[in-house]
Amino acid sequence: MKNDRFREALLGPLNKNNPVVVQVLGICSALAVTVQLKPAIVMGLSVTIIVALSNVIISLMRNTIPNNVRIIVQLVVVAAVVTVVSEILKAFAYDVSVQLSVYIGLIITNCILMGRLEAYAMSNKPWDSFLDGLGNGLGYSWILIAVAFVRELFGSGKLFGFQVIPSSFYEAGYVDNGLMMMPSMALILVACIIWIHRSVNKDLQEK
Amino acid sequence: MEHAITLFVRSIFVDNMIFAFFLGMCSYLAVSKNVKTSVGLGIAVTFVLLITLPVNYLLETKVLSKGALTWLSPSFADLDLSYLSFILFIAVIAAITQLVEMAVEKFSPSLYASLGIFLPLIAVNCAIMGGALFMQQRVGLEPTDPKALTNMLDVVAYALGSGLGWMLSIVGLAAIRERMEYSDVPVPLRGLGITFITVGLMAMAFLCFSGLEI
Repeated sequence: MKNDRFREALLGPLNKNNPVVVQVLGICSALAVTVQLKPAIVMGLSVTIIVALSNVIISLMRNTIPNNVRIIVQLVVVAAVVTVVSEILKAFAYDVSVQLSVYIGLIITNCILMGRLEAYAMSNKPWDSFLDGLGNGLGYSWILIAVAFVRELFGSGKLFGFQVIPSSFYEAGYVDNGLMMMPSMALILVACIIWIHRSVNKDLQEK
Repeated sequence: MEHAITLFVRSIFVDNMIFAFFLGMCSYLAVSKNVKTSVGLGIAVTFVLLITLPVNYLLETKVLSKGALTWLSPSFADLDLSYLSFILFIAVIAAITQLVEMAVEKFSPSLYASLGIFLPLIAVNCAIMGGALFMQQRVGLEPTDPKALTNMLDVVAYALGSGLGWMLSIVGLAAIRERMEYSDVPVPLRGLGITFITVGLMAMAFLCFSGLEI
């Protein structure tokens, strides 16, 4: 019984209850950082850590937060956690933090955080909230990684900055698809993921 | 003055919040079902950007950046508080949206009736926080850079342009979605999927502005 609940909190967001393609949360950063794999992985990791931590903190405080100022309390907790993560990134992975630029700061207003804090952490125990945060963070990350994989492979022929498509292909007339580097293709790729996802999960289809 | 006009036009078409940076995407997708409400949300976003950006600009130049506190005492010249910027910016935004909501409710009940439900949402709209963070980046640029924000007029022009750019894109999407109600879309793509594709095509159309030289 208990294990079922834990499994649901952790694994649900990976598929049926995915934050990006089902709950439509956190689209902003999901699209902007997916030009290359490396920043996408760092972003996914940061969001996972931040959601899990702030879920636990808010869940511990849930009985003491007055209802009418809860949004401000949540924002301040999230902003504090994001500041810590951003400083750590600046110290240990400076080039990635420059690439991510404002999008690290924008994790504060990432709807996944507010959405999970409001919908889950405010009414559940700390351990459940931790698993829920972890699950949602991972659900967000796999979408990011899938989109970044396609965009980097077809946009520049590289993965993690290493050339993957052999040069003989280019000599035979293969050309990188420059459109993949543009913002608009990120949207269309996410649309393709949604299309496949909903073809498999028929109960999610809209009328 | 000329610089401010350039900033204004660029922030509507070239550095569009939605199509170039994906900011404010969540409410953009959720509220764009009909034109009337999306106009309301667009006005609310523009309004809040116009108030919060200048306040955050003052905060950045007079308190947060390195040596900004010298107006208080020369001994603060080495103080760099920029690590506090996330918390302070979001606190300012949350507080101001709350204040704006109360003020609008008191002085203009009719405006409140149309904007009311959107104002609390705006505190967590990435476009507002994104505007503040881009402002922080742009303040540090060389004054000759077309993106640099050097004085209050530039900041106001940038805020107005970003807000109007956001509004333009949400109203455009809402109009397309109203039309699309009657189209025959493949079942798994209905709703969210086709909206994403529409936004992608709109972003491609906006790409043609990127060569704009002003």
